[in-house]
Amino acid sequence: MSDETPEFGTSDVAPGDEGSEAGIATYLVGLGLALLLTGVSFFIAKTHLVWGPSIPVALIVLAIAQMGVHLVFFLHITTGPDNANNVMALAFGVLIVLLLLTGSLWIMFHLNHNMMPMDQLMRMQR
Amino acid sequence: MLGKLSWAAVPFDQPIPMAASAVVGCLILGVLIWVVVKGRLPYLWNEWITSVDHKRIGVMYCLLAMVMLLRGFTDAIMMRSQQALAFQAPGYLPPEHYDQIFSAHGTLMIFFVAMPFVIGLMNFAVPLQLGIRDVAFPTLNSVGFWLTASGALLVNISLVIGEFSRATWLPYPPLSELAYSPGVGVDYYCWAIQISGIGTLISGVNLVTTVLKMHAPGMTYMRMPMFCWTTLAANLLIVAAFPILTATLAMLLLDRYLGFHFFTNEAGGNMMMFVNLIWAWGHPEVYILILPAFGIYSEVISTFSGKPLFGYRSMVIATMAICILAFMVWLHHFFTMGAGADVNGFFGIMTTIIAVPTGVKIFNWLFTMFAGRVVFSTALLWSLGFMITFVVGGMTGVLLAVPPADFVLHNSLFLVAHFHNVLIGGVLFGCFAGYNYWFPKAFGFRLHEGLGKAAFWCWTIGFYVAFMPLYVLGLEGMTRRMQHYDVPAWRPWLLIAALGAVIILVGIILQIVQLVASIRHREDLRDDTGDPWNGRSLEWATASPPPVFNFAVLPSVSGSDTYWDLKQRAIQQPAPSPEPDYNSVEMPRNSPTGFICAFFATMMGFALIWHIWWMAGVAIAGAFATFVVFAWRDRDDYIIPVETVARIDRENRASRTRALGRLGTAQ
Amino acid sequence: MSATHADHQGHAARSPGGGMPSKRIIVGYGFWIFLLSDIIMFSAFFASYAVLSDATAGGPTGQQLFDLTNVGIETMCLLLSSFTCGLASIGAQRKNSAIFQTAMAATFVLGAVFVSLEIREFAGLAAQGAGPTRSAFLTAFFTLVGCHGLHVTGGLMWLLTMMAQVLAKGYRPDILRRVMCFSLFWHALDIIWVALFSVVYLIGAGQ
Repeated sequence: MSDETPEFGTSDVAPGDEGSEAGIATYLVGLGLALLLTGVSFFIAKTHLVWGPSIPVALIVLAIAQMGVHLVFFLHITTGPDNANNVMALAFGVLIVLLLLTGSLWIMFHLNHNMMPMDQLMRMQR
Repeated sequence: MLGKLSWAAVPFDQPIPMAASAVVGCLILGVLIWVVVKGRLPYLWNEWITSVDHKRIGVMYCLLAMVMLLRGFTDAIMMRSQQALAFQAPGYLPPEHYDQIFSAHGTLMIFFVAMPFVIGLMNFAVPLQLGIRDVAFPTLNSVGFWLTASGALLVNISLVIGEFSRATWLPYPPLSELAYSPGVGVDYYCWAIQISGIGTLISGVNLVTTVLKMHAPGMTYMRMPMFCWTTLAANLLIVAAFPILTATLAMLLLDRYLGFHFFTNEAGGNMMMFVNLIWAWGHPEVYILILPAFGIYSEVISTFSGKPLFGYRSMVIATMAICILAFMVWLHHFFTMGAGADVNGFFGIMTTIIAVPTGVKIFNWLFTMFAGRVVFSTALLWSLGFMITFVVGGMTGVLLAVPPADFVLHNSLFLVAHFHNVLIGGVLFGCFAGYNYWFPKAFGFRLHEGLGKAAFWCWTIGFYVAFMPLYVLGLEGMTRRMQHYDVPAWRPWLLIAALGAVIILVGIILQIVQLVASIRHREDLRDDTGDPWNGRSLEWATASPPPVFNFAVLPSVSGSDTYWDLKQRAIQQPAPSPEPDYNSVEMPRNSPTGFICAFFATMMGFALIWHIWWMAGVAIAGAFATFVVFAWRDRDDYIIPVETVARIDRENRASRTRALGRLGTAQ
Repeated sequence: MSATHADHQGHAARSPGGGMPSKRIIVGYGFWIFLLSDIIMFSAFFASYAVLSDATAGGPTGQQLFDLTNVGIETMCLLLSSFTCGLASIGAQRKNSAIFQTAMAATFVLGAVFVSLEIREFAGLAAQGAGPTRSAFLTAFFTLVGCHGLHVTGGLMWLLTMMAQVLAKGYRPDILRRVMCFSLFWHALDIIWVALFSVVYLIGAGQ
């Protein structure tokens, strides 16, 4: 039925297992990049050089970039075919996280907007 | 010393729980005495309690589910009789007791009947269907089962010691907060669900890894039986959804134990966040339950129609689509809580969209049966009953998915009728179909067909008699969870519904009779071939019951419906197959880790419920010590020598040859 | 029904487990799935924090409470410990105890510094009357950050048992699989911390 599907189990790697050529160098590059991104984050958070409202957006972008760095250089999650299963699982997890976060924020914003938060209601009743 | 625990916690003044627990206590004591007197304790310990065999664990899950079904059904029939009696009268259940009963009914039926039943069937069948010897993590599998049992035990302890939650099966704050539920009921609920939830998560991780990574040679993804696909989807949902439940209940527990303010009225807490989070778990949960059932129907219908499953690929796509869509509809459980039109509109549309893949599946099953040689066995009857009942439930679900309609029907008995329509007609019928279908594989003899069919008819008719009136009552405005009522128009419908519950009770009794009668007449019902239904997938390629290693030699797969293809080839070339080259087999060792972990988990849960802090500390230390000791083991598998493997397999082959020879002369 | 012996026709003469991935891949994948579920649990706490972060109930806000210097030191500790943890797994792969044990010890020290800084921060907040029972915002903050702290503490205990296991049993395949799982766990905690310091502390302190 689907003979084009390669027999799996033959070309997988475990998540976290780097290829044979990688070593300390990978971790060093990862550490350098992570330190750089962290530094920029902390700098942006305190600086007044950047337009205020853009700071949270920039911080989130930097955080996502740094998570990517960690995934690639520390957890060795790559786009290679041997990693497909690991990446698929990760993608599923990220999708659920995004759905949960955006969904909750969207829903709760609406509920808070339409229904008076309970503490305000209680304060009015006093 | 004993925290909040004292003799006052035992409800000596309430006859119903005392009598019930006395009966249950005597039963348990009787079974224990029988086990000890007969000298079966070592057998029980070695072959079942410490077993890490997926087949044994699957059977124990199903057994747990069936026992809890009796408990949950007792609650159901008490509610039906209360409502039948409580017209302009108090009935026989006081409100605080009635509230505990509907809370316990929902909790038991979802967490300790439906969940263990589907997980048990997945555990039992999936490794056999994949042609492998065990799941990915056998010891963890045992831990998962025993933690589930631990949660069930805690819920049942609450019958005797203390009370159960009165805050419904999903304890919405602020009712479930300490200020409004100061008793131990909500704590019983929370700790039971936390402990069994961890067990479920473990089993989810285990089965996802098994389906994705472990297969017989040649078993590519698109050759897997449908049940394996739905298992994969359901367990992906477990892995993604159960952590949300754990986090949400942890927040509620922090509110109750440490005075935090997640969902309180005071200090900025937001109770709607609980509702939001619990349904972000709760909606995927219903697909966790129904997807494995869909898989069972697919197997049963294709086997008893003698045809491959129609539209296998579309079925796979529909299953995986449901797996994603399940996470995008959760707001439809609280349309009325104040979200704006655009939010309600979005989630309403997503909810109606999810009916599309489900409809695809229904058509696939119909076309599988079309022009097939349909054998109307018990398992197939359950599947047919499902198709009709589930479509009705699905239609009312689509009605409820329309926000304006939901504003009318929300919290009414219409809703209760709807979800029983899909949970009984979908999940429970599926479990019963799977139970009848795989029973001969597990025990080597079939279940009595006549009694099974009688049970099916009682269940189906009883279901319609019990729940169709609830649709009417919902439209007439009766809300759910009413302890008494004064509206004369409701009375006849509630009496009919109570009658329906009695018919279902007859069905349950017939199922017990079926089991007992089948055990007594097991020699007549013996399955020597390992293939009683003329099956299509690999579980029928081994003996019934399968040897501990499942397959003496891992089968080699070259297409879908593997076993069917093998049989067809054998018909064309009826040469006796050569004996395979046997090898020794490595199997995981039995381990008491699961049982000991569950012991400490129960102790911890009980101690925390009653604020016995020293005992909780002892239990946590004990659990940690168990893990360290387990981690220190040097060998976790043993070798079955090649002679034993060959001997067992030759016996099975010989028995099968004899059985087929008998069949040949009979024809 | 003349399917005599049909079931054995397809049995190829393969070694048991033929076609199956190695145990290392199965265990690693299972643990990876578990980590994803752990991250989803954190996302539920994140969602609560995001929803409740404005619900200060007249109490102190993040801007008044957060000490970014402390957070910076914590971040450095965890980042460096991720690096040393990577070194430890290289040491384990090369079966080099000098590298492995040193790197694990360094990871432990860095992790312990992180945890003690966090405890100090929590104690300081509680002493100012800004404990978790003060407001929903602080409830969510303490739970989210505390849950990460508990994970790190659990990781430290696991780390010690891993050092002991390698010392007592050497670099057996099953021990190496656990080392791999441990390093996955540790790196994942660092990823969660990235989200934490960015969203909770940096954005929180800026508002």
